[in-house]
Amino acid sequence: MSRVRRTKAPRTRRPTVEGRSPAKASRARRPTVEGRSPAKAPRARRPTVERRSPAKAPRARRPTVERRSPAKALRRRIGIDVGGTNTDAVLLDGPRVVHAVKTPTTADVTAGITTALRELLAQPAATPPGHPGLTPAAIMIGTTHFTNAVVQRRDLTRVAAIRIGLPASASLPPFVDWPDDLAALVRGEVVMVEGGHEYDGRPIVPLDERAIRDAGRRLREAGITSAAVTSVFSPLNAECEQRAAAILREECPGLAVTQSHELGRIGLLERENAALLNAALVDLARRTTRAFTEALRASGLTAPLYLTQNDGTVMLAATAEAFPVYSFASGPTNSMRGAAFLSGLADAIVIDVGGTTTDIGSLRHGFPREANNVVEVGGVRTLFRMPDLLSLGLGGGSHVQGEPPAVGPRSVGYRLVEQSRVFGGATLTATDIAVAAGLVDLGDRRRVADLPAGQVTAAVARMHAMIEEGVDRMKTDARDEPLIAVGGGCFLVPERLPGVSEVVHVPHQAVANAVGAAIAQVSGEVDQIFQNLSREAALAQARRIAEQRAVSAGAAAGSLAVVESEDLPLAYLPGNSLRVRVRVVGELAGA
Amino acid sequence: MTSLRPVSAEEIESLAIGAWILGTGGGGSPYLALLNMRRLYHDGAVVSLMDPMDLADDDHVAVVSNMGAPLVGQERLTDPRTIARAVTMMEEYLGRPFRAIMSLEIGGGNAIQPFMAAALLGLPVVDADCMGRAFPEAQMTSFAIHDLPMFPLTLVDVRDNAVVVARAASWKWMERLSRTACVAVGSIAATCKAPRTGKEVKECAILYSTSKAIRLGRTVQAARSTHRDPIEALIEAEHGRLLFTGKIADVARRATEGFLRGTAKLDGLGEFRGHRFELAFQNEFAVGWLDGVPRVTTPDLICVLDSVSGDAIGTETLRYGQRVSVIALPAPPVLLTPKGLEHVGPRAFGYDLEFTSVFA
Repeated sequence: MSRVRRTKAPRTRRPTVEGRSPAKASRARRPTVEGRSPAKAPRARRPTVERRSPAKAPRARRPTVERRSPAKALRRRIGIDVGGTNTDAVLLDGPRVVHAVKTPTTADVTAGITTALRELLAQPAATPPGHPGLTPAAIMIGTTHFTNAVVQRRDLTRVAAIRIGLPASASLPPFVDWPDDLAALVRGEVVMVEGGHEYDGRPIVPLDERAIRDAGRRLREAGITSAAVTSVFSPLNAECEQRAAAILREECPGLAVTQSHELGRIGLLERENAALLNAALVDLARRTTRAFTEALRASGLTAPLYLTQNDGTVMLAATAEAFPVYSFASGPTNSMRGAAFLSGLADAIVIDVGGTTTDIGSLRHGFPREANNVVEVGGVRTLFRMPDLLSLGLGGGSHVQGEPPAVGPRSVGYRLVEQSRVFGGATLTATDIAVAAGLVDLGDRRRVADLPAGQVTAAVARMHAMIEEGVDRMKTDARDEPLIAVGGGCFLVPERLPGVSEVVHVPHQAVANAVGAAIAQVSGEVDQIFQNLSREAALAQARRIAEQRAVSAGAAAGSLAVVESEDLPLAYLPGNSLRVRVRVVGELAGA
Repeated sequence: MTSLRPVSAEEIESLAIGAWILGTGGGGSPYLALLNMRRLYHDGAVVSLMDPMDLADDDHVAVVSNMGAPLVGQERLTDPRTIARAVTMMEEYLGRPFRAIMSLEIGGGNAIQPFMAAALLGLPVVDADCMGRAFPEAQMTSFAIHDLPMFPLTLVDVRDNAVVVARAASWKWMERLSRTACVAVGSIAATCKAPRTGKEVKECAILYSTSKAIRLGRTVQAARSTHRDPIEALIEAEHGRLLFTGKIADVARRATEGFLRGTAKLDGLGEFRGHRFELAFQNEFAVGWLDGVPRVTTPDLICVLDSVSGDAIGTETLRYGQRVSVIALPAPPVLLTPKGLEHVGPRAFGYDLEFTSVFA
């Protein structure tokens, strides 16, 4: 049985990269884009980075892992991964995987979840008689649904893009760097108005409120239901976006408004792109989360529903409705977090070998190391915090052809069970080679008995070389590190690799991402400017706010730990200003 | 007889790739300028490239650049109308029209600024610049090395603020005066530097650097489309040297006095396995050490490229774990003269090192 070791630690933080590091991309995670109480109105002001002096490098405090009393943390939880091909579900009891199931994903998503839950709950171990306290207290769903909608250009809402920043930025309007086909689906109204801020917080020009009001009326007439508001330097000063959102809602009741400062950091086009994608997905997000909720209700579950995010934490379904883009890369994150949990390792390389591709990532303190560059989603440039992954065109279904044998990137994918040789098909795949080489026993071994030994050896060598090279590229430490192998095709991973101390196989590896969803935690974050307070007082106040936010997002108060804390004085703002960013993470509170 | 060659939309794409490589880590990403050019070309603009030798001695040439913090540019973006206004303002100030426009620095986004202005003003772009790469300061130009005057200068922002620096006592004063105005308007401004005569351009500019940037970009694109190694292709085509191949193990950056300074440490891969490389930068890469021994210094061009795509990596986008190749490209000869080294050699960046070219 695997040990539980949940190390809470900062997400990768290179203390050196100013400002552009994703770790700074603070998302003001307030359960509130639209229509929420004014008390929760975001106040995040994120200053630019240039002012950070090296002495003020982030002081990420890595907490020691706190031991919580079991009564405080949730004991039983269900994790569900809704993938493109399979819907996986696991029931966890503390550190123990009680049961796991894998079912095909259905077109309506709901039926797949209902089926998976029914199979899961039908297990005698799932609902031991006389132990009503063991009913699941939280359900976490990780889904690629929203990413797929963007990639596949479906179920997207036509949106209004409101850019505040004229006379700056005029020549590059919203959607300027979008692929034509996607822009054609999403672009509704485009409105550019005067306003925005300088890097030091001064207004560029006053916000043109009348133009916003006119735009609101036009949106109502045009039947636009979702808008993205982006103001120049809004991560530093969000006033323009907040004011514009309020006016738009007055003029166009029911309009869903995404404000860019809640999603991203410095980089107008990339932040605006994130806001536009979010606005385009809010309808789908609402329908999907409600379908999820419905599926739970149909399964007789009353526990609260959470959706997983890119960074390995969860948000309540009600919040997820407003921030679908936060879930964009939650699949790989969950897979890596699940691998960490199942292996008990917090620092390791993780290799996830699927049917078509292999993803290799690096775990640090139990969280994936993040990519620190522009990430394209469906051809749109964004700056989301995403795990740093290397994808290889190698999987169990990869075609093996030629002499010397070439492997992938073409694959039979989920048709492995029809088309590969060992399952009676005609296509020679990586799985057939593995069976012939005795690496795994699948299908009918006699069907590959005719393969020349030389060809098998050469193909295995080729696959091992691909994996070795990929692992080496993802390693950033010269010391040997453990490698955790997960995924349906993990038999392709050699048992010995240069630079790897051991290859770790874990139980339930095929449902690692559902496990990763089930163990997700809750975070609360604050990023704002405090004035006329001592540093200690400002830090303490920031921590209190972050903790309150985590608790209102569902965290158990006693379990909270600070995972990131940084402060920097702002030389160019009046009144002894200190920007403080604090992020706390904790366990979900018991029901 | 003047020969003007229209520059195609594909060449603008190549220019963006090549200029970013010649930026040697600085100069700012050409991405936003490229997006502007795509739109201008989409709307029918075509810019012509002019052979500098076709300039008459008394022709007037505008030297343009965008000035300020790249980070601010990422929010305020960049607009062809702003840079065009810097040019027309200089024409108004001087009371005579320009024959053509040229770039201050061919490295980074400023390679494309003259094209943005030219597209709106209907002027050709001269195939030249005065750095042959990117450098952080105004006196690090071939014009400064030749002791040409550094004034007047026009500076405009998006709000219709405009400043003319009519005279400056030295390059330092010009830097101080224009920098102050730039900060006041939000740390980003379009500038038209001291105008040059055709004679001055022919004698003191770095000639044919625009077509060189286009050529570099095309080399990388061609290698990619034929699945050749773009690094190898670049080295072969431009007589460069491969200095190191590895992955970024550590990056330390700090912003001081308007510069992005720092170091990057690389662990070797392939033939360099077991070796280490260290890079120091001040906006641009300035010095590289192989296993602790100086291997390359400015003004040799130190280019850090993505080992797979051949795309340049800027000092602000360097990141832990990136797989990169470090190559050196030859510097323009004027930078290698004793006077040139005074302006742009290692000592100009505070390194007590003798310059020895890797191409020597």
